[in-house]
Amino acid sequence: MYFYRHLCRVYFIFSALFFSVSIPAHTENQTDNPSYGDKIIIGSSAEASNLIPMLSSDGASHEVSGFIFNGLVKYDKDLTLIGDLAKSWDISEDGLIITFHLKKGIKWQDGVEFTADDVLFGYKTIIDEKTLSAYKEDYFQVKKAEVLDKYTFRVTYDKPYAPALASWGSLVILPRHILEKEDINKTGFSRKPIGTGPFKFKEWIPGQKVMLEANENYFEGRPYLDGVVIRIIPDPATTFLELKTKGLDWIGLSPLQYQKQTETEFFRKNYKKFRYPSFTYTYLGFNLKHPWFCDKRIRQAIAFALDKEEIVKGVLLGMGSVSTGPYVPDTWPYNPNVKKYEYNPQKAKELLKEAGWQDTDGDGILEKNGKKFEFTILTNMGNTVRIKTATIIQYRLREIGIKVNIRQLEWSAFINWFIDKKRFEAVILGWSIGLDPDQYDIWHSTKIKDKELNFVSFKNSEVDELLEKGRRTFDIEKRKQAYFRIQEILAEELPYIFLYVPDSLPIVSSRFEGIKPAPIGIGYNIEKWYVPRRMQKYTIAK
Amino acid sequence: MLTYLSKKTVELLITFFGITLVSFFLINLAPGKPTDVLSDLNPRMTPEIRAIYEKQWGLDKPVHIRYFIWLKNFSKFDFGRSFSSDSRPAWDKIKERLPITILINSISMFFIFLIAVPIGVHSAVKPNSLSDKVTTAGVFVGFAMPVFWLALILQLVLGVWLNILPVSGIKSLNYENLSLFHKFLDSTRHLFLPIFVTVFGSLVGISRYMRSTMQEALSQEYIVTARAKGLPEGKVIYKHALRNAILPIITITGLSVPGLISGSVIFETIFAIPGVGQLLYQAAMARDIHIIMAEVVIVSILTLFGNLLADIGYALADPRIRVK
Repeated sequence: MYFYRHLCRVYFIFSALFFSVSIPAHTENQTDNPSYGDKIIIGSSAEASNLIPMLSSDGASHEVSGFIFNGLVKYDKDLTLIGDLAKSWDISEDGLIITFHLKKGIKWQDGVEFTADDVLFGYKTIIDEKTLSAYKEDYFQVKKAEVLDKYTFRVTYDKPYAPALASWGSLVILPRHILEKEDINKTGFSRKPIGTGPFKFKEWIPGQKVMLEANENYFEGRPYLDGVVIRIIPDPATTFLELKTKGLDWIGLSPLQYQKQTETEFFRKNYKKFRYPSFTYTYLGFNLKHPWFCDKRIRQAIAFALDKEEIVKGVLLGMGSVSTGPYVPDTWPYNPNVKKYEYNPQKAKELLKEAGWQDTDGDGILEKNGKKFEFTILTNMGNTVRIKTATIIQYRLREIGIKVNIRQLEWSAFINWFIDKKRFEAVILGWSIGLDPDQYDIWHSTKIKDKELNFVSFKNSEVDELLEKGRRTFDIEKRKQAYFRIQEILAEELPYIFLYVPDSLPIVSSRFEGIKPAPIGIGYNIEKWYVPRRMQKYTIAK
Repeated sequence: MLTYLSKKTVELLITFFGITLVSFFLINLAPGKPTDVLSDLNPRMTPEIRAIYEKQWGLDKPVHIRYFIWLKNFSKFDFGRSFSSDSRPAWDKIKERLPITILINSISMFFIFLIAVPIGVHSAVKPNSLSDKVTTAGVFVGFAMPVFWLALILQLVLGVWLNILPVSGIKSLNYENLSLFHKFLDSTRHLFLPIFVTVFGSLVGISRYMRSTMQEALSQEYIVTARAKGLPEGKVIYKHALRNAILPIITITGLSVPGLISGSVIFETIFAIPGVGQLLYQAAMARDIHIIMAEVVIVSILTLFGNLLADIGYALADPRIRVK
């Protein structure tokens, strides 16, 4: 359950399933014309909690509400922002005013027309003191929000704020005519929502499944599939067994399942596998307030002592890629030309020697001023991938004379007692990466207070400036420059050693056609997926 | 008898109060708050937003005040709302999950009795015989085998290889379209594995206990008398010995109620059964105080009630207790 506890923003919670750069493992054979009918059964390890997007912060809820709701804008398959409910938008010269022009004639699933008033209502709801939403921050930046006419919505900001555009996704689109008189925190709408999306809510059987059916009046055309069923199966081993009995059509695989357990005749015949980088990365982070790790040479020495390829092969069975910075390879903010630390234990030893660490008593562990170089890596309990990573690091660092201890901690204890109190030497953790490159909260030197995210206490005035610059312009070239430079600095300073980006490994029943892997993943066009008539499985009377 | 009962009831009330007090403070001693699931390592949670959350949930108040608020609400049978983002009333969430847990556990209990009691009796009547040794070994194997392992193996063999039973869940996708008979069949097929796994793992307690109480009963003088007056052996065993030997077993059953809910955690997770065990586990990991407290209350009421019944049973059976 706590496999990936990361940063969560609504539009990147999905990353594991929906968005990412895709490399198809199978080529498609499009022999049939799309036909209507059939359902897709998706396996989910967790149950959704609340289907009002702004109120939920768990991936399971957003997975379901993503089928039901639209935003003004959305990320396209190649990761650019395009209009969804909005036809177009204008950004004023100074970047302070965004005017959205809405598509006309879009209906809520109950038949009432969607208008700019619904957007304003959503915005007012999220900034309301009483609304328990974790996403308020983006909307507190708005100085003024107004409805110009039925199809025009305008927001004004104090300062240009680049992540603002993406924030007008599905978080703030709510049907005013239904929710106006309700208490948003207690309304039954959260378990029986009405949106504008390709699928309509049908039924939710607690603890078992959520059922959705095709929205006949979807503004982009009715989806080919009749319905989507999200089945809740908490245990991953059971999920895989269900897949083997064809009880599920779409799940995410583990590297072991992808590489070994699904390499059989049965799976080749009945399923298609996909593989692409997920929008997450795992890192080894140092406490930069620690007297040893505040020395850049020590951090670089450790980087030289580690073989990241070996870690990817060892813990992910090769199902991932080496990470060099806080962005996913092949996305626009990613800078491929930063300082890389090839495995070089000799260089590592030299750097340590330069910093005054030497093995004086011949026990294989380095000393300085009578102190042995020994530290502890903390990570969260139950995350076997991270523990294996720590073990490989332990082995490699022992070779250059550093003794590493590994300690696993229960999540809440880990965060509250060690991370927040900054009581650690080094940690292995991961982040989910947003589709917007703004990472102000993680790297800015002011974000080091209790509960804030720069818990390694990284401080670099140039990075501070660049972070500010990057979020204050909508010009993609200017932003790119800023984030490229940030990556160069991070690679030199190494507050983290960026380890790897694991791959998303979805598997989908081979009866589904129309899956077009793209940089964003496979789920983005699910309304265009179809099953040829003769292969349809769930065709019981409606 | 009446004074005895009222004394017992007052004792129970005090114990119950103590349980809620200790549980509430213990949960709050654990690191982390219920709102952490939302706020930990989440850049969107600025200190201001976190403060809004904590105020809305009353988490800004000291723990003893919160306990009194909880107690006050509880006296109106209000368990509070879940801290997860659905913020539904805790009782609603438990209520919809309680029937399936009770169903599976009571069916399991029934089968445990049905199988364990004869095994125990048989072992006692023919101690150290081959069949005694085989059944003893059998029940101990069941006890020693990890539930999750056995469950996975059975899912693999019966569900995947032989494909005769569903792997998980409690209903098929087309359940709504089935006839009444097939609905029953479908549920039976789904519940077979969870119940089998529970029963197999729990036979040992009751069968071994049965064996020893039965052996004790058989060595009593009234059995000698029964045999001496020429009663058939079956009647001696089942009418005279078993009736006496089974009483303590019924007491144990009363006390095993809390074990039912805690035991449900494992098989409900593996078999994807939406019961209260699963909910309790998730709530504990998320520090969802209101759900945890509601389950603690239910389990302790069941346990205390079981205790009370056992006490009453004893009092009825043994006048010496009443007099004291």
